[in-house]
Amino acid sequence: MALESKVPQGPLKDKWTDYKNKINLVNPANKRHIDVIVVGTGLAGGSASATLAELGYNVKAFAYQDSPRRAHSIAAQGGINAAKNYQGDGDSTYRLFYDTVKGGDYRSREANVYRLAEVSANIIDQCVAQGVPFARDYGGLLDNRSFGGVLVSRTFYAKGQTGQQLLLGAYSAMNRQIARGKIEMFNRHEMLDLVIVDGKARGIIARNLVTGEIERHSAHAVVIASGGYGNVYFLSTNAMGSNVTAAWKVHKKGAYFANPCYTQIHPTCIPRSGDYQSKLTLMSESLRNDGRIWVPKNMDDVIAIREGRKKPTDLSEEERDYYLERRYPAFGNLVPRDVASRAAKERCDAGYGVNATGEAVYLDFASAIERYGKEEAKVKGISNPSKEKITELGEKIVEAKYGNLFQMYEKIVDQNPYKTPMMIYPAVHYTMGGVWVDYNLMTTIPGCYAIGEANFSDHGANRLGASALMQGLADGYFVLPYTIGDYLADDIRTGKISTDLPEFEEAEKDVKKRINFFINNKGKNSVDYYHKKLGNIMWNKCGMSRNEAGLKEAIEEISALRKDFWENVSVPGGANEYNEELAKAGRVADFLELGELFAKDALQREESAGGHFREEHQTEEGEAKRRKEFQYVSAWEYKGEPKDAVLHKEPLVYENIEVKERSYK
Amino acid sequence: MNLTLKIWRQKDANSKGQMVDYKVTDISEHMSFLEMMDVLNEQLISKGEEPVSFDHDCREGICGMCSMYINGEAHGPDRGVTTCQLHMRMFNDGDTITIEPWRATAFPVIKDLVVDRSAFDRIQHAGGYISVNTSGNTQDANAIPIAKEAADKAMDAATCIGCGACVATCKNSSAMLFVGAKVSQYALLPQGQVEAADRVRKMVAQMDLEGFGNCTNTGACEIECPKGISLDNIARMNRELMKASV
Repeated sequence: MALESKVPQGPLKDKWTDYKNKINLVNPANKRHIDVIVVGTGLAGGSASATLAELGYNVKAFAYQDSPRRAHSIAAQGGINAAKNYQGDGDSTYRLFYDTVKGGDYRSREANVYRLAEVSANIIDQCVAQGVPFARDYGGLLDNRSFGGVLVSRTFYAKGQTGQQLLLGAYSAMNRQIARGKIEMFNRHEMLDLVIVDGKARGIIARNLVTGEIERHSAHAVVIASGGYGNVYFLSTNAMGSNVTAAWKVHKKGAYFANPCYTQIHPTCIPRSGDYQSKLTLMSESLRNDGRIWVPKNMDDVIAIREGRKKPTDLSEEERDYYLERRYPAFGNLVPRDVASRAAKERCDAGYGVNATGEAVYLDFASAIERYGKEEAKVKGISNPSKEKITELGEKIVEAKYGNLFQMYEKIVDQNPYKTPMMIYPAVHYTMGGVWVDYNLMTTIPGCYAIGEANFSDHGANRLGASALMQGLADGYFVLPYTIGDYLADDIRTGKISTDLPEFEEAEKDVKKRINFFINNKGKNSVDYYHKKLGNIMWNKCGMSRNEAGLKEAIEEISALRKDFWENVSVPGGANEYNEELAKAGRVADFLELGELFAKDALQREESAGGHFREEHQTEEGEAKRRKEFQYVSAWEYKGEPKDAVLHKEPLVYENIEVKERSYK
Repeated sequence: MNLTLKIWRQKDANSKGQMVDYKVTDISEHMSFLEMMDVLNEQLISKGEEPVSFDHDCREGICGMCSMYINGEAHGPDRGVTTCQLHMRMFNDGDTITIEPWRATAFPVIKDLVVDRSAFDRIQHAGGYISVNTSGNTQDANAIPIAKEAADKAMDAATCIGCGACVATCKNSSAMLFVGAKVSQYALLPQGQVEAADRVRKMVAQMDLEGFGNCTNTGACEIECPKGISLDNIARMNRELMKASV
């Protein structure tokens, strides 16, 4: 099948408006006869469910958590971008578009990104109208901060809990529709297969995670909003339950999977402390507004710090290497995530890591505390403030900005980050790759859509900070609810889809077969045993830097591990009950397939771009080196084993932006 | 460190439950409480026994999924944290730790330490929203300035994670802190004014219907709330309800 992006003709800035004007609509009376399934209730799924229901469609929404409010979008901290230009610093739709394409290392689709930038301002208006309590200044107007990879302040925020507030906004919009009966909510349910009838997505098979019951649900369209697959690494900043299963099931039923190797390793996470670790905790990128990243200049100091003979605060300015400010004077500590992560790895690989594992750098707020303290003293009219007074005032300001993050850090690490610099290290955070979609956000299966992190579309090879929330809500509130109408306009006479069709029966049979296998296998190793092994392979060979030999080994190792898993996995308990190990087994089985495709994609992409760094392709200064011949989206077609997946290429054309060497110097 | 765990085991909603003793060894003080539970579960699985079911997801204190009653306290002995953020350094070698599910009529047990908190969702369905459709031409976000103090207070109320610690810790199993926080968030913002009276009446009515108890001002909820939601929100809810009733 040829890949058709369906990007409308015409000038970039008019594409979306013109397209919306000409798109097929479904009349309100007919919408009542059309059902839509939405899998996942994070920012994308939650906002889409609410909006589709407002429009009049009957929505069935599914979440594996016990409430839509707990989807992992809730953990997003720093903020959401929008081209409002409230700060008057020269921001515009074009500049947000430009920054996003450049930040993505010229590997995203121009028209999608421009549309994203265009609707970004509407998102802020919508959220404020819903009662989202964004941070405000003393004049009562919305405040902004700056994020990596940009030179303007366009990030809106609600303390360090922006994702929470936006998700609760979408959740409240859902609640209104649940109360009206327009959304039927299925909590503690997991999608285990997609049902295709006559070539169209017509329903799903889901498991009730409380009773274990296998259920059939039909609809005229299915929307996958199940998030990213960062947990293929076992350790990531994702929630424990975050998984690729819904996305992988549609892939196996015919949806192409795009750019699986584009993974974001976030530079500022709390370093791991031991083998028992179950997850990693992010410290928001917003901290890089005020925090300065450094390691000691001299190896003697590194050793002294590791042995506890010296404290970081003992080192003078001259003894510190603020390596981001040194290497990238223009963007300094606010370089994009991929660049900051690699720079941290470079210093730690060179032996300058500051904790026992050698995998940590400092994020220091002392200068910010002093600067804010002096400002505040002036505002309060205190002349000749003492050093202590300045620190006290400065700490208050820093607390107001990042209080919850500092508290979280202190609880985990048991150190006070107001007094001593934080220790941070990169960790897997987000996946730019995902299910391939066209301009309508439809996958290669008619009637099956993918939105939010689950699709691949807007971030290219690297996502800029505060853009995930923007994309999730853009897809859910402002894009999908319109584009889906174009497809559903043909379904007004279809009537209810029966769940007695043989396609449902067969899909249900397959699902049950797999569940029974897990329950009856009685192997010798737990699910986590395999998940951790897979995570190790992924981190060591498909992590922050990759090379041909390592990737080839990864493919072999994952394939062997998968074989072992299907022979020796052990799942206690029964099928018809609450059984978390059973749910995990299904997810890890899918990760074991995705992981191999990931490595295959990384091997095939013989260039460095954004989060995908191939050691063979770097500049003399160690920066990522793109190659023109790889200016395309890799969309993989499922053919049985991951090794047999077939590559389809969607060429990327840049007509409105000059493709340049990406520099933040 | 080595610990003895006394854990509530209950097969499902209809079975009778009981406390069961377990031993775990070589627990690091840097582990989170849930990582300690992971160690126990791996141990049980390797022996062919069923692991202990407990709710958890983000493991960074924001999703509100985790919910254990540890040594008689919601989310355990530390303050301002959820169970996933509780670290083993809060305990000592040789300790016996009692772990129970949230206990409240409105939160029935599903299995072991997992409870059903859908009553919270139903209270939100009753009125926890502002009625605004998604249109793309809502008025500009800066059209109505909001005093910083009001916005900050609304934010403080909105940080509720819906974990249910307030209910679990209250001797009356009252949900007033939870409901008060939502009512307050909207009551403090101009956008929430139009439906304010209707909202508070409906949410309180649903709260009563779900079987949550009343508030007798012991303040336990505020102490155990991992997000530090203030009792002021209950007072504000009561004022809003009075206003709505006259």
